Amino acid sequence: MYGNDVIDPNVPLNAAETAAYDEAAAHVEGRAVGEASAEGFDALIAADQRIEPRDAMPDKYRETLIRQIAQHAHSEIIGMQPEGNWITRAPSLRRKAILIAKVQDEAGHGLYLYSAAETLGVDRAELLDRLHDGKQKYSSIFNYPTLTWADNGAIGWLVDGAAIMNQVPLCRCSYGPYARAMIRVCKEESFHQRQGFEILWTLMRGTEAQRAMAQDAANRWWWPALAMFGPPDTGEAAKGGGHTEQSMAWGIKRFANDDLRQKFVDMMVPQADKLGIVLPDPDLRWNEERGHYDFGDIDWGEFWRVLRGDGPCNAERIEHRRSAHAEGAWVREAATAYAAKQASRRQESAA
Amino acid sequence: MSGAQTPPTEQAAGTAADSPPVAPERSWPLWEVFVRGKRGLSHVHAGSLHAPDAAFALRNARDVYTRRQEGVSIWVVRADDITASSPDEKDSFFDPAADKIYRHPTFYDVPDDVEYL
Ligand SMILES: [Fe+2]
Ligand SMILES: [Fe+2]
Repeated sequence: MYGNDVIDPNVPLNAAETAAYDEAAAHVEGRAVGEASAEGFDALIAADQRIEPRDAMPDKYRETLIRQIAQHAHSEIIGMQPEGNWITRAPSLRRKAILIAKVQDEAGHGLYLYSAAETLGVDRAELLDRLHDGKQKYSSIFNYPTLTWADNGAIGWLVDGAAIMNQVPLCRCSYGPYARAMIRVCKEESFHQRQGFEILWTLMRGTEAQRAMAQDAANRWWWPALAMFGPPDTGEAAKGGGHTEQSMAWGIKRFANDDLRQKFVDMMVPQADKLGIVLPDPDLRWNEERGHYDFGDIDWGEFWRVLRGDGPCNAERIEHRRSAHAEGAWVREAATAYAAKQASRRQESAA
Repeated sequence: MSGAQTPPTEQAAGTAADSPPVAPERSWPLWEVFVRGKRGLSHVHAGSLHAPDAAFALRNARDVYTRRQEGVSIWVVRADDITASSPDEKDSFFDPAADKIYRHPTFYDVPDDVEYL
């Protein structure tokens, strides 16, 4: 249908299973060699070495990383909500257990990333305040609702799939703690995408209504998933700024948004074929000359609207996040009080 | 804690005057987490987390860093208790090792045809 209906069963299911991930992981070891020769921030960056927390670094590098890692962490924990909504309604015990494990993983990803941000001298509680006050953003994708069970499949397959594509290059980020966190995250994301695919695979081999539900979910999540790679950052469309160039020079970012988006499309089209899902883009077709799939224009107007707060669920997500934090306050207070009591008892018995 | 008139920093940090004087989470110490992957390997640094005490730090470390059987043993150490070498004095600090090349077996001139040496 898209010009390529021969599916190689050996093709990796997602980017966390490709050579790119292995290379990034091997890169960590490779780079340790020759450390003694480079000195100072610029020399370390030029030598493609890692920057570690106590190294000297430009303020702007530190700020850029804090902003990026914080927004990434916020996305992980806000990202628990769309699927969290379905834990009580999962269609079987197996699906429920899987969904709980996935949502728990996302909480863990948030923690890895907040820890990485804290090595830059910022406090996690402060970052959460900024999220709650709307001063820092999270990925726009989580402002869309999960209307049916099939949405959990579409999210795993498309949203986690796009996230992996974005995150694999970050395993090679110049900032050590961020890169190490991303290696852990990518390893765990692989199951997220596969379980999503499996949900859709099951539905697509079910009843007419189940197939329609899966198709409908893919229709609604495809374009927002493509927008996850961010606006074009090269060529004409990139005019108006962005941090891409500096981030590339600093080794924080490794590929242009459009390159990653293209890779994602090329990987997903054969998978959609395999599922029997029609991707909602009449312009999607194989381009022999380019060796890539062509695809239609993304509605950047919608992207910016949702990012600025005008998506279907923005208010609900933040409100839920704030109330979860407030309702958990007594647990944190009790734990603090208990620790203080134990510490004072220890002091007494030592005296 | 020293002088009674010094308010704890966590309360100074912007809570409303009428809110209850409970230390918020930001006062929780940071713990570094070390995980032994399997028997025979040493503990390796896995990451860090905040927790009110060591017992919580250990439990949270289990949930955060070993959800997929990544470990058979965990250590948690308060980050404040770690003394680290400074990256600024890296050269002078590690230098003494560089000028003693006779510590390496390759330094020695021995005939090629001696076995097991
Ligand atoms: Fe995640
Ligand atoms: Fe995920």
